[in-house]
Amino acid sequence: MKKSVFYGTLAVAAVAAGTLSAQTLAEVQERGSLNCGVSTGLTGFAAPDASGEWQGFDVAMCRAVAAAVLGDAMAVEFVPTTGQTRFTALASGEIDMLARNTTWTFSRDVDLGFEFVGVNYYDGQGFMVPRDLGVSSAMELDGATVCIQTGTTTELNLADFFSSNGMSYEPVPIETNAEAQQQYLAGACDVYTTDASGLAATRATFEDPSAHVILPEIISKEPLGPLVRHGDNQWGDIVRWTLNGLVSAEELGITSANVAELATGTDNPEINRMLGTEGEYGAMLGLDGDWMVRVISSVGNYGEIFEGNIGENTPIGLARGLNAQWTDGGLLYSPPFR
Amino acid sequence: MSEVHAQTVAYVRDTMIPQEAPPPTEAGAIKWLRENLFSSWLNAILTVVSLYVIYWVVSHVAGWMLFGIWDAGSLSECREVRDATYGEGASVACWAVLTDRWDQLMFGFYPSELYWRPVLALVLFLVAIAPVLYDSLPRKMLWFTAASPFVLFFLLWGGTIWGPLAVAAGFAIGWAVLRFATPVIGDLGGIVAAFVVPILYWFFAVGPIAGALGNAIPIGIEFVPSDDFGGFMLAFVIGIAGIILSLPLGILLALGRQSDLFIINKFSVIFIEVIRGVPLIVWLFTASLLLNYFLPPGTNFDLMLRVIIMVTLFSAAYLAEVVRGGLAALPRGQYEGADSLGLDYWQSMRLIILPQALKISIPGIVSTFIGLFKDTTLVVFIGLLDPIGLSNAIRATTDWNGIYWELFIFIGLCFFVCCYAMSQYSQWLERKLRTDHR
Repeated sequence: MKKSVFYGTLAVAAVAAGTLSAQTLAEVQERGSLNCGVSTGLTGFAAPDASGEWQGFDVAMCRAVAAAVLGDAMAVEFVPTTGQTRFTALASGEIDMLARNTTWTFSRDVDLGFEFVGVNYYDGQGFMVPRDLGVSSAMELDGATVCIQTGTTTELNLADFFSSNGMSYEPVPIETNAEAQQQYLAGACDVYTTDASGLAATRATFEDPSAHVILPEIISKEPLGPLVRHGDNQWGDIVRWTLNGLVSAEELGITSANVAELATGTDNPEINRMLGTEGEYGAMLGLDGDWMVRVISSVGNYGEIFEGNIGENTPIGLARGLNAQWTDGGLLYSPPFR
Repeated sequence: MSEVHAQTVAYVRDTMIPQEAPPPTEAGAIKWLRENLFSSWLNAILTVVSLYVIYWVVSHVAGWMLFGIWDAGSLSECREVRDATYGEGASVACWAVLTDRWDQLMFGFYPSELYWRPVLALVLFLVAIAPVLYDSLPRKMLWFTAASPFVLFFLLWGGTIWGPLAVAAGFAIGWAVLRFATPVIGDLGGIVAAFVVPILYWFFAVGPIAGALGNAIPIGIEFVPSDDFGGFMLAFVIGIAGIILSLPLGILLALGRQSDLFIINKFSVIFIEVIRGVPLIVWLFTASLLLNYFLPPGTNFDLMLRVIIMVTLFSAAYLAEVVRGGLAALPRGQYEGADSLGLDYWQSMRLIILPQALKISIPGIVSTFIGLFKDTTLVVFIGLLDPIGLSNAIRATTDWNGIYWELFIFIGLCFFVCCYAMSQYSQWLERKLRTDHR
């Protein structure tokens, strides 16, 4: 066995002279399935249900791209990745795209050689405290014990926030969100801090959610988005404009219910361009004209995805907030299809 | 004589006194209690305190476990059922997560209509391993044992039947080379050729041959990719493959480390020290991350296979040291006796040295195996969904977010059952093989 590994490594290292291919679209279409990296489990964003189907907000992004490229939203091989393995999996070509609540930062975009195609969720770090504590603002947290996941940017943000406000805190290091819930409920810490979406999801699982409050302060910017490798701009464009299409569709009122009807032609030229009845926009991406029709009819528009997975009618109950359309006071703003 | 007694002793009892029961403090449960629990004031106090602690733990945990709720679709449903049955805020377990996600915990994402395949594979594995574990079974069963790796592979992964057959043919080729080439090119050349030819065959010929046969005579069952493996099935596949592959490799390494041949000796030493000196988690990251950079893009060198290889190498290094301990414990006379009988190296190892050394090493070997089996949970860090990984994934659904101890207790219990069975078998084997006079 040891010999075969050795020879195997030698053999493949010899063949590895080829560079990363710029043919992702062709590869995906030939393979017939999209390899999409997701989280190993994050409430509302990616998790397998009882029958083994992956569900969630990030998962829907993968399905949308699969619908655009392959015509089948179910033709996705989900590759669960951890915080440590996600970037290597993408860089090495094991996955075609990564949709794993990954914060868009300078170094990841530039130094690691990835291309963030946009933002599908604007998150930020927040605090949750028991209502009994009587705290209404993060500025009153001086001297608190804080449950914090180790090795994440949240740890650094927390240190920055407290030191810049001249306050002190005592960290209680924890490894996973599940552990954090136990520690927090057991009273091992006064405050739990993580991304606001995570706080909301955690609070929703408590026996008595109303006994806990999420403080209004958001102390960091966490724009989460899907990303692809550098070097294949066509593939990057496909993922980018699938995301933009989802956002535009909500803005223009295209839903999974009416897309078939609208695809026969409308008075609105932008809808016509998106849905392929006017212009050759699909062909410019290397796809056919119906690509956006397939995307919306299979996963819905951005608003439908949001409401179905993490919105106010789900147990997680996130408000749109920053993730509303720009016309509604949010940050979602898709470039026009023109 | 008797007359003397008759005159000097006034009364002689001529019947036996019936046997009395021992005093109550010296018999039965009371004696045991006095001796073991209340032999002194200090012990009595410690006993009472311990009993209270046990009572406290059991009274809190037993009710929580025994009154647990088994029938619900989500944690909130569980809480509703609990409130209706036991009143608001009662503390009971929600075992319903196990019934709801049982298939997933056992099989991961394996297609549900194919669950019979892993189950059959487990049964066949038990049949295959039985003649190895119990020598009272017919020796003919060992033929099935030899074929079982290929049968099990075929059952678990499926696909064309020609893949496993073509790989199995490599062993036949190796044997044929050893058998027929040795007279021509000598012993050493024969051994080297018997390794090199099959390896070349596996690397360059298996793929095309299996492909061609698969096209010509397509026999096979539905292919299931490794990505679909998960839960305890994944832990078992990695654990069992690691155990079976690492034992022979570990023995070879132990012999290599004792060898007088310079290269073999130094290779074994370096291999053992390097592999053993680095944590398993680092090797797993190497398998999952570093190898990706060596492999050409698009190469499908299965992640699970890489993990199995790493786990095997890791535990082989530990096993080698355990076996070396057994070898070192044998008196020199055993080696010299084997030599004096005129046995060659392999004969003396096979017939005299190893049976004794392995017997001494059994506890260490089984500890290593148990460690290996439990270490399979480390794959959670490279994104494979073993039971621990799946428990995270299950918690990530809105249905079961917030459930904690139930999953860990169940997973712990399953691992305990497996490891305890291994431990009991090894103790049985030690008793059976005991030849000293005690």
